[in-house]
Amino acid sequence: MTTRLIDLKHLQKKFGQQTVLADVSLHVDAGQILGLIGPSGAGKSTAIKIALGMEVADGGDALVLATHMPNRPLLGRIGYMAQDDSLYDALTGAENLRFFGRMKGVKKDALAADIAHVADVVDLTPALAKRVSGYSGGMRRRLSLAIALLGDPELLVLDEPTVGIDPALRRKIWHELHQLRDAGRGVLITTHVMDEAELTDEVALLLDGKVMAYDAPAKLEALYQVKTIEEVFLKAEGVA
Amino acid sequence: MRALYIARRVVTELIRDKRTLALMFVAPVLIMFLMKLIFTQSASTSVKVATVDLNNNVRTTLNDIKHVAVSKKASNASAQQALRDQKVDAVIHETSASHYTITYANTDATKTSLVKAGFNAALTQNGMKTLKQTTVKLSRTVSQMAATIARLSPQAAAAMKQPKAKAQPRAKIKSRYNYGDKNTDFFDKIVPILMGFFVFFFVFLISGMALLKERTTGTLDRLLATPVRRGEIVLGYMISYGILALIQTVIIVLTTVGFMGVEITGSLGAVMVINFLLALVALAFGILLSTLAQSEFQMMQFIPIIVIPQIFFSGIVSLDSLASWVKDISYVLPLTYAGNAMTQIIMDGTKLTSLGVDIGVLLLFLLVLTGLNVRGMRRYRKV
Ligand SMILES: Nc1ncnc2c1ncn2[C@@H]1O[C@H](COP(=O)(O)OP(=O)(O)OP(=O)(O)O)[C@@H](O)[C@H]1O
Ligand SMILES: [Mg+2]
Repeated sequence: MTTRLIDLKHLQKKFGQQTVLADVSLHVDAGQILGLIGPSGAGKSTAIKIALGMEVADGGDALVLATHMPNRPLLGRIGYMAQDDSLYDALTGAENLRFFGRMKGVKKDALAADIAHVADVVDLTPALAKRVSGYSGGMRRRLSLAIALLGDPELLVLDEPTVGIDPALRRKIWHELHQLRDAGRGVLITTHVMDEAELTDEVALLLDGKVMAYDAPAKLEALYQVKTIEEVFLKAEGVA
Repeated sequence: MRALYIARRVVTELIRDKRTLALMFVAPVLIMFLMKLIFTQSASTSVKVATVDLNNNVRTTLNDIKHVAVSKKASNASAQQALRDQKVDAVIHETSASHYTITYANTDATKTSLVKAGFNAALTQNGMKTLKQTTVKLSRTVSQMAATIARLSPQAAAAMKQPKAKAQPRAKIKSRYNYGDKNTDFFDKIVPILMGFFVFFFVFLISGMALLKERTTGTLDRLLATPVRRGEIVLGYMISYGILALIQTVIIVLTTVGFMGVEITGSLGAVMVINFLLALVALAFGILLSTLAQSEFQMMQFIPIIVIPQIFFSGIVSLDSLASWVKDISYVLPLTYAGNAMTQIIMDGTKLTSLGVDIGVLLLFLLVLTGLNVRGMRRYRKV
């Protein structure tokens, strides 16, 4: 039996009068990639933040690595990449990586090798000595992803990691994600790129605060009698 | 351990931000320099004095004093007329032997004090035994007047020091009421408080801005997505800005002593300890208030509300005559305690060990504010 890394049960979340999450249940197992899709403003980022303990749910239960969130020490075992690139602009790429590596508690002697590895995954090795203020949008995104990958976390939570990243590099990143999955890591990823949703093991479609569809991509396509996840998305939304 | 890494990162960021560094280290020196310039400027004020029936010796001596020009008038009426026409700044009338009536225009308090000082010097320098008694009496009056002026017109009182020191090097009266008497020399009185104020102001502003920036750029969220403790973040900021505040304190104290020629009766080390303590309080205060601000501009809005009032309540102006609730306000302001301790060290040479209450209160401020900061971070992460 596989370990359940994320187990969100009947989450509810309101911002003032607005109900963002009405009833959301999701789970990510070890060795699984779960893709979270849904229109902008559907509450994808909110669900992720609740899972990480950065927001408090109004109802329901968020279990991560079999522990109730929020829980501080647990955060060291999770690689989180937020939707916005928050980086220290005055520092170089390498300094950002070193700093966050230390914050995550990566062992001192392992840190240099770890940084070299994650920088290679996102093709950032040549730019590591450069200040982040001189980075392009895509470079910032890649550095953000590299930071999330630091410390070989058991669970990766990536909020739109491939925005602004070119197709060749995107392919490389997905290759890395699949490798991580095969090594038994769990990945929760949100995306607006439906081609990417095809590459996941399961897709959850978030709409009107509820999970409207939740299955393997191929099964969803069969269920909706369409060829692509994009069409599933559009059909579920009632556009097509 | 993480706190140290955070501190190192903050310092690295700061070192690369040359303008902020300049603001912290150069701006206080610049302001001190400007103040020095302004306060020595008044020493070159010159006065015109009309004399009536004044003893020739005294008149000549007075005329020889720097920045004092004497003109003889035949009658008191014509002298008073000249005073009204603003041709002279004061009239000295020897009504009978050794009895003088001095009328001041008093439109410029600096001039008034210069006349007073100059006349005293002239009398003393004259060295006439018969005048001695009068001089003593006069000096007492002058000291009372000076005290009045200190209350009414701070700058004038501050300026008094310079002409006196120059004009009457051998004057005996000088030591009796002028130097070392905080009631008569306003500028000496405010320097310790101003020094503390600069430390407070710059550290408050810059540390608050730094954490605010961390929050608005989202790096704080990212930081809080790692297993770092909230306390470690606060501590990291305290360490890094503490180091900076220490350097700044040393610079401010040394320039105050060096540039301004302020005499410190107590130990220089004690002044630095108090200033540093105040800097740490300012640091914690800045971090706390930054959580209430949404932008850098909102942080600036705290300056008139939180920072400036401190200077009024911190002992620059005597609060004795005010309503008690106004006085009570000063008890909750950290600058009050720092200013009080610093004044005692600089004026009276009080030792740190005798300033337990002030130091204790500052430490309490520091402790409470730091605690609030660690708690305040709960807004961003619950654990
Ligand atoms: N802190 C907040 N305060 C108030 N409303 C919020 C807050 N955070 C999110 N919301 C609201 O919750 C809804 C969902 O936001 P969320 O960021 O989860 O959307 P999303 O699915 O990630 O969208 P996108 O694909 O554009 O990133 C939005 O309507 C947003 O306005
Ligand atoms: Mg989002």
